Amino acid sequence: MIGKILRLERKEEKQKEEMKCYESDKIIVRNLNVYYGDNHTLIDINMDIPERKITALIGPSGCGKSTLLRCFNRMNDEIEGCRMEGQIIWRGENILDENIDVVELRRKIGMVFQRPNPFPKSIYENVAYGPKIHGIRDKKELDKIVERSLKAAALWEEVKDRLYESAMSLSGGQQQRLCIARALAIEPEVILMDEPASALDPIATAKIEDLIIELKKKYMVIIVTHNMQEAARISDYTGFMYLGRLIEFGETRQVFENPREELTEKYITGRFG
Amino acid sequence: MEKEEDKMNEFKSIKASHFKSKIGVAITASCFLIAVLFLIWLLFSVFSQGINRINLEFLTNFPSYKPDKAGIFPAIVGSVYLMLLTLAFAIPIGVGAAIYLAEFAGNNIYTNFLRHLIQNLAGVPSIVFGLVGVAIFVRFFNLGRSLLAGSLTLAIMSLPTIIVVAEESLRVIPRQFREGSLAIGATKWETVRYHVLPYAMPDIITGIILALSRAIGETAPILFIGSIFAKTPPSSLLDGFLALPLTIFYWTRHPNPQFHELASATIIVLLMILLSMNGVAIAIRHRAQTRREW
Repeated sequence: MIGKILRLERKEEKQKEEMKCYESDKIIVRNLNVYYGDNHTLIDINMDIPERKITALIGPSGCGKSTLLRCFNRMNDEIEGCRMEGQIIWRGENILDENIDVVELRRKIGMVFQRPNPFPKSIYENVAYGPKIHGIRDKKELDKIVERSLKAAALWEEVKDRLYESAMSLSGGQQQRLCIARALAIEPEVILMDEPASALDPIATAKIEDLIIELKKKYMVIIVTHNMQEAARISDYTGFMYLGRLIEFGETRQVFENPREELTEKYITGRFG
Repeated sequence: MEKEEDKMNEFKSIKASHFKSKIGVAITASCFLIAVLFLIWLLFSVFSQGINRINLEFLTNFPSYKPDKAGIFPAIVGSVYLMLLTLAFAIPIGVGAAIYLAEFAGNNIYTNFLRHLIQNLAGVPSIVFGLVGVAIFVRFFNLGRSLLAGSLTLAIMSLPTIIVVAEESLRVIPRQFREGSLAIGATKWETVRYHVLPYAMPDIITGIILALSRAIGETAPILFIGSIFAKTPPSSLLDGFLALPLTIFYWTRHPNPQFHELASATIIVLLMILLSMNGVAIAIRHRAQTRREW
């Protein structure tokens, strides 16, 4: 009898705890499976991504890390033949639910792509586009948002005198920071980055990395990278993926210095991949 | 002995290859020459017959049974009106349909079937469109043999080409722009409206001009609708009209050979219009390609 009550209590406690973490800003991934046509691209992914931290996803090409990233803002919806199953809980809601408004979701979960993809418009227009389509028409307010976003992306000083020039005239690294500014302009809460520095030279890469660390203060950042040094330098948590599975997930220091799995160790020490 | 023969054979075969190659070049070159010669011949006969007939009076006079007084003013005005109205009908519908097909319809058996259907429609002989135009616009909608019916017929004829070209232009816009827009919470419509469509516009306009220049040179679709008896330019949408290709058609059939000269002169005018339209299309494409930033 007492045992039963205790068990019940424990169950309740457990439920409470679960509720608590559902209410937090963590992103909780449960039994996530993704298929491209007949390909089973992601297999049974489970992970809890902590808030206000930088989480890196590493692994060899084709391991599914970009696919996983594109689940968080439902960018995979845009790919024909892609199916996502399972749950990604964020703020008590399942991101993968059919009834989720992806437009609203993407306002809160921004994304920066592998290749800088500014629009062939002016620098100003690039940043102002997001706020504009979300209803901000006042020029002064737009000006403020553009300045604030460009400053947050550490680009303001370089472009403040040529806001109305084409974004295509910027260097690759500047373009990528512009894309980050564009993502910041709509004040998202999570920022997804898909190998944001892979197309850049070392100096531009260093700038982007500093910027990402700076962003952590306000945002949750999930970054995909094929560069292990980068993951080690900037991330707080690291997930190692291989052939569609999440092999290991934990604090970056632990994953790199003391990996639990043999595969992780092999990859990190450069024995394959 | 045998060895030497082998060498000789080898030598012969190389020689034969060279000979064959020369024959190949000669054959293809003569094909090219034949094509160009006929074209030049055609142009030469048209120009030699018609160039003397072109003067201000010819361009500003009305058709007449007296060849010396006959002009093509109503035909020029009619063709210009036809062109503008055809544009007004064909652009919104054609581009709209293309946007739907390229951006929203998706890729499945049904939409691909539709796509093939439209591509095939682009190859349907223009006389068929002419008959359809008579059946639908002249008779069914009771528009009569009017400017409105003529331009609607030409619009219907141009639609398949415009849709195919516009869809292609939309499809080549790189995915990165679409993703960039969608990722900041733009709807699909906003993405198309503010990015895909503007970036594709130069190509679409080029396609439209080319489709239109074909439509404006066609006789068959408006053969049963336009009329040589419409001797004044149309003053309303429901008036009868005359167009340049129709004038050529009527005058070449005229028993008086002087009218054949007039027909040649009209051909020259029409050719000039078509060439300048194609020139504009090429200029737009060139400008867009040199200014394109991606």
